[in-house]
Amino acid sequence: MTAYVGAIAPVIPTPHIEYGLLSPMLLVFGAAVAGVLVEAFAPRALRRSFHLALTLGGLAGAFVLTIAVAVDSSVFGGGAAGRIAAEGAVGVDRPTLFIQGTILVLAFVSVLLIAESSHEVSAFAAQAAAVPGSAEEREGLVAGISHTEVYPLTLFAVGGMLLFPASNDLLTMFVALEVLSLPLYLLCGLARRRRLLSQEAAMKYFLLGAFSSAFFLFGVAMLYGFSGSVNLAAIAAAASGNTGNAVLLYAGIALLGVGLLFKIGAVPFQAWKPDVYQGAPTPVTALMASCTLVAAFGALLRVFYVAFGQLTWDWRPAMWAVAIVTMLGGSIIAITQTDVKRLLAYSSIAQAGYILTGVIAATTAGLSSSLFYLAAYGFATIGAFAVVTLVRNPAGEADHLSSWAGLGRRSPLVAGVFALFLIAFAGIPLTSGFIGKFAVFQAAIGGGAVPLVVVGAISSAILAFPYVRVIVLMFFSDPPADGPVVVRPSVFTTSAVAIGALATLVLGIVPEPLLRLAHDAATQLFVR
Amino acid sequence: MISPAHYIALAAILFVIGGVGVLIRRNALVVFMSVELMLNAVNLSFIAFSRLHGNLDGQVIAFFVMVVAAAEVVVGLAILTSIFRTRKSASVDDANLLKY
Repeated sequence: MTAYVGAIAPVIPTPHIEYGLLSPMLLVFGAAVAGVLVEAFAPRALRRSFHLALTLGGLAGAFVLTIAVAVDSSVFGGGAAGRIAAEGAVGVDRPTLFIQGTILVLAFVSVLLIAESSHEVSAFAAQAAAVPGSAEEREGLVAGISHTEVYPLTLFAVGGMLLFPASNDLLTMFVALEVLSLPLYLLCGLARRRRLLSQEAAMKYFLLGAFSSAFFLFGVAMLYGFSGSVNLAAIAAAASGNTGNAVLLYAGIALLGVGLLFKIGAVPFQAWKPDVYQGAPTPVTALMASCTLVAAFGALLRVFYVAFGQLTWDWRPAMWAVAIVTMLGGSIIAITQTDVKRLLAYSSIAQAGYILTGVIAATTAGLSSSLFYLAAYGFATIGAFAVVTLVRNPAGEADHLSSWAGLGRRSPLVAGVFALFLIAFAGIPLTSGFIGKFAVFQAAIGGGAVPLVVVGAISSAILAFPYVRVIVLMFFSDPPADGPVVVRPSVFTTSAVAIGALATLVLGIVPEPLLRLAHDAATQLFVR
Repeated sequence: MISPAHYIALAAILFVIGGVGVLIRRNALVVFMSVELMLNAVNLSFIAFSRLHGNLDGQVIAFFVMVVAAAEVVVGLAILTSIFRTRKSASVDDANLLKY
């Protein structure tokens, strides 16, 4: 027995962690943990300002660190694609750094929305545990308190989003998926107004999210059974070496694909998206619609380009089908919507379909155009949801489209900015949406997917109809007598709307710098 | 003779039972229990594959899955408790305000 212990003990080496390469994620998680301490020890009056400084500072610092890693010659010196860090758990390469930088900027703008407190105390419940309509809830509302836990929860979610596309093995990816999802489930249920809808959204998101992560995990188990490892490169090697049981491999790809496509909200896994986007507090919807989508696409790209890169011909037909039903389903159902947040949710489903056409190309052009589209769409969608928070009636936000009638006559600026975001979603030239759509469709044609591009063009034409209808409603119809008011936003929402609008216009008129950055990020694909 | 393949077949059966449970049961807690059954089926298959391949990765992953499942219970029960206190019902059919 002693000989056995003696023989085994020395072979456990100390893990080597590259703290410098992981510093953006470590900073965000560190700020999140510090936020929990602020919540516990700071006096209530000071909490919000402490949290704001910590959250915005943490995200900005992580962005600076991301740039520092991107220009680090020890990572990319000698034409290297990147480096594997943390004992093979994390891949640090150019596409990942582009995605992480995008997530950090978009999260920063979303936190500006979360911090808005001028129309009411905040967008979040005074006490989420208090039953709606109870005396306890009224006490909290009268006292003017709000949940400041939203800031650390947001940081934990953003930390998970940073790790999700960077994970080089499927176990890390699963843990990151849960770290990003669990805080979002809670954030969805914290709305100050319409709490029944908010709680229902949280329950639906949670049950469906847990269901889909079970599928993701079973896919991981199948791939582990196939290759004996959860490392993406090892799975790719086993797949191209044609060793192991092919049934396990294909079952694994399918189940893993279900888990990832659920997070993206592709048809037929889109059922949660409209309900959750409508019910969640609008700043949280903005966070989900931008950052979660970017992170989920980052993970999908890494898995399908690295682990299944040799099997393009096997997964492409299924992804074609998903992309087609996503583009058509999202745009057709968008026509029937009467709620502005649901309309934006279905539009987000259709946009996910357009980005999927870039993913399917499985080339550097496909990768770079997807990266550009994600960044451009993220800014526009945050801006659109920011405008939604401004149009209010006594019950909170006026989501129903009928109350948006004539908005352009009473507040031309707000309606004009919203119209700008809508035409960007529709892909009209001189906006970022046009450049993004052009780039992904061009990549898809380069990848031989002409029918997909035809369906994409038809879907864009269908999707333009609900957008134009909203614009016509805002500018060419009479406002109702008891219509909503457009509140004067504080500096937080104003800057979120301004950043969104500016990015949409600048990326539409001079897209060259960001396109080149995305192209440079994509030239060597992901590190293996 | 029971081989690892039998365990994997059992895991697949448990996973399907859990999946059907999520789809047909009406009580949110039972739905959630079905998800947990799916996760445990996955754990069983990880351990069977670990035995099959002769490496310990699968067993370590099973521990990670248990920790994540426990975290999911914390968040999930918080959400389900708050919705039960509001509606006096845990049925997923009653939560029907968000549609179309």
